[in-house]
Amino acid sequence: MTFYLLRRVAILLATLLAASIVVFVVLQVLPGDPAALILGTGAREDTLAALRHQLGLDAPMWLRYARWLGGLLSGDFGTSFTYHVPVAELVRQRVLVSLPLALFAILLSTAIAIPVGVAAAARRGGAADAGLMGVAQIGVALPNFWLGLLLILLFAVRLPWLPASGFPGWDAGLWAGFRALILPALALALPQAAILARVTRAAVIDTLGEDFVRTARAKGLSRPAALWRHAVPNALIPVVTLIGLQFSFLLAGTVIIENVFTLPGLGRLVFQAIAQRDLIVVQDLVVLLAGSVIVVNFLVDLAAAWIDPRLRRAGA
Amino acid sequence: MTRLLAVALAGSLLAGFATMSTAQAKDTITVGMVLEPPGLDPTAGAASAIREVTYGNIYEGLTRITAKGEVKPALAESWSISKDGLTYTFTLIDGVKFHDGTKFDCSIVKFSYERAMAPDSTNAQKQLFEPIASVACPSAGTAVVTLKRPTSLFLFDMAWGDAVMVAPKSAATNATDPVGTGPFKFKQWVKGDRVELERFHDYWGSRPQLSAVTFKFISDPSAATAAVLAGDIDAFPLFPAPEALDQFKADPKFTVHVGTTEGKTILALNNAKKPFDDIRVRRALAFAIDRKAVIDGAQSGYGAPIGSHYTPGDPGYVDLTGTYPFDPAKAKALLKEAGIKPGFQMTILLPPPPYARHGGEIIAAMLEQVGIKAKLVPIEWGQWLDQVFKRTDYEATIISHTEARDLDIYARDKYYFNYDSPDYKALYKQFVETVDPKLQMDLVGQLQKKLAEDEPNVFMFALAKVGVANAKLRGLWDNDPIPANDMAGVSWAE
Repeated sequence: MTFYLLRRVAILLATLLAASIVVFVVLQVLPGDPAALILGTGAREDTLAALRHQLGLDAPMWLRYARWLGGLLSGDFGTSFTYHVPVAELVRQRVLVSLPLALFAILLSTAIAIPVGVAAAARRGGAADAGLMGVAQIGVALPNFWLGLLLILLFAVRLPWLPASGFPGWDAGLWAGFRALILPALALALPQAAILARVTRAAVIDTLGEDFVRTARAKGLSRPAALWRHAVPNALIPVVTLIGLQFSFLLAGTVIIENVFTLPGLGRLVFQAIAQRDLIVVQDLVVLLAGSVIVVNFLVDLAAAWIDPRLRRAGA
Repeated sequence: MTRLLAVALAGSLLAGFATMSTAQAKDTITVGMVLEPPGLDPTAGAASAIREVTYGNIYEGLTRITAKGEVKPALAESWSISKDGLTYTFTLIDGVKFHDGTKFDCSIVKFSYERAMAPDSTNAQKQLFEPIASVACPSAGTAVVTLKRPTSLFLFDMAWGDAVMVAPKSAATNATDPVGTGPFKFKQWVKGDRVELERFHDYWGSRPQLSAVTFKFISDPSAATAAVLAGDIDAFPLFPAPEALDQFKADPKFTVHVGTTEGKTILALNNAKKPFDDIRVRRALAFAIDRKAVIDGAQSGYGAPIGSHYTPGDPGYVDLTGTYPFDPAKAKALLKEAGIKPGFQMTILLPPPPYARHGGEIIAAMLEQVGIKAKLVPIEWGQWLDQVFKRTDYEATIISHTEARDLDIYARDKYYFNYDSPDYKALYKQFVETVDPKLQMDLVGQLQKKLAEDEPNVFMFALAKVGVANAKLRGLWDNDPIPANDMAGVSWAE
């Protein structure tokens, strides 16, 4: 188990390093000078040079990379070119929007998908199964930003129940903040729920055909009892793996959804930082997001091991 | 309407306490802005949003620009200019303090200007300070600025946000913790949401009527509309949803302010690239574009046609909008004369603002009528600055030049549209170096005419300032002679 953990941590670090190199190189290739964006069209060449020097952009590429990486290792994420505040502070404020949004969306998605998937599997081939999976098929095809706009039209314009966009901040009250996240979370969750429901259905159908389920039925368990006590727990592994993958996807998906709903989260920060060529913010956020994806995958593996003891032994 | 009602209800529930306190005489204001400023230091960045929060509120210069675009005294109560136009002697106001208690005197003037001129200066408008030879302090209350050559716009230039007074102690941290001499001092900045200012009690001038000013950033047009309707925003001076204006016009609780800005919107052409080096082609494009239709289509009808790189509000404006009236037949004839065959293709790069993206569609349709196929390419700012502005690797682009009275850009040796006219340069030199105001106005007219004649770019229209505000607010600026939301003279009626 120790060796297993060490190996995972080593892979994690190597992946992060690779991500940091990729994002750094891509941003160097991308046209657009941060100093020119800050100083505008009236700036003189010497002013641009002075600002580039102040931002440390005149150093050779490898040195800039080394400085950045050194900073990251010592916990210094650098200072935003546009906001002039430490990136860590910016991220801290934005995480308080994005993380609750992603968690909320994943909870919604799971809460919808598992009952639907199990129900469809239990009535495999019936009208309910066809109906549920038909809806899921549409859900898979829907882009989340379009769904977001539809939700705004329905629940903020036609039925004025929820705010159309914006985020009042958690200091405006827990309920006010939560309300603002309902529509974006739904927009994120529904297409994910559709995929998850299909996978759940397939996994449950698979296990329903297994010998141990037939044995359970043969020893006198009712259909629902056999389903929930034997089939569903054994079908959970692909489902949990997918939830983990979806969490990573949700972190990325918030870029679009946060722009549709003008939420001041990480996704919007990335978007603005790219437009503003706030290189240091983009670099930090990409590494941070890559890091969280890797950590989530790791946690998913642990969860899978917890669900299925066989994996634990195999991994040790 | 139901939605608005709900927004209003939600707004008042959320605002709760704030709404109750407005029952008393209101002396605070919340101003809406589309973009959040990147830092709060106007001496270290070009973004208009920095000035829209800070100009006249937090920071002041020796001179200031009024709502009408005139130059008036600010921290310098008076000045005298030597006969040769080279020496400006400013008498400074006595007893001025910065928000942190630092005393304002000539040493501050010297520091501020020298900082902007220094080799490591990151002032976005460093060229404004380039004519300065030296700053001397014969006494604490007198500043003597000597110029290298007469500069007729010097007092105007020193009123820009880039030329405000900053103190040595606070200059380096002004971006996040601004300290100036203005009527309002910085309270806090909730990033991504709002900046709060409060009345500065030791202000040297007349006490501002407002006790607090909040600038709130809302980029989404429908959210902006809802926030104004709900009363969460008292004034939105550059309102992003022109389609919602009729609703506000019909409601007596609101006033719609329509004014002018300095935003000269042009179809910029690369004069160094064939066939745009041919004056007949440039004139043909000017004849082919119906300015009125572009304003109607891209700006909901708000905006004033221009015929040169100068706006109707600027001193010495000459109406040249009749130089190239909309005349597709004439455009076709000119193109034929220049050897341009029907079906000629050109590429127009479109930066993000609606005037460019919407305007581009309309202009492409108009060019189609005279046999030009315009390929529209959307482009983001970073790429625009690199490809168009720096490398001048483009044919045409749509852009608004928001700097006031910037006729100088056509006299520069290298500027992105590659206009190179020795005549214009000579004329411009004469204009900036003359000290005779009458001759100056004559020359500024000649400069405009020269540009209209050469039509290096197709001059289209000046952006309008369209704002929405609570009808009880007094003293808001109608026009935008420089980017600013000067709150010193704003008050509530009753």
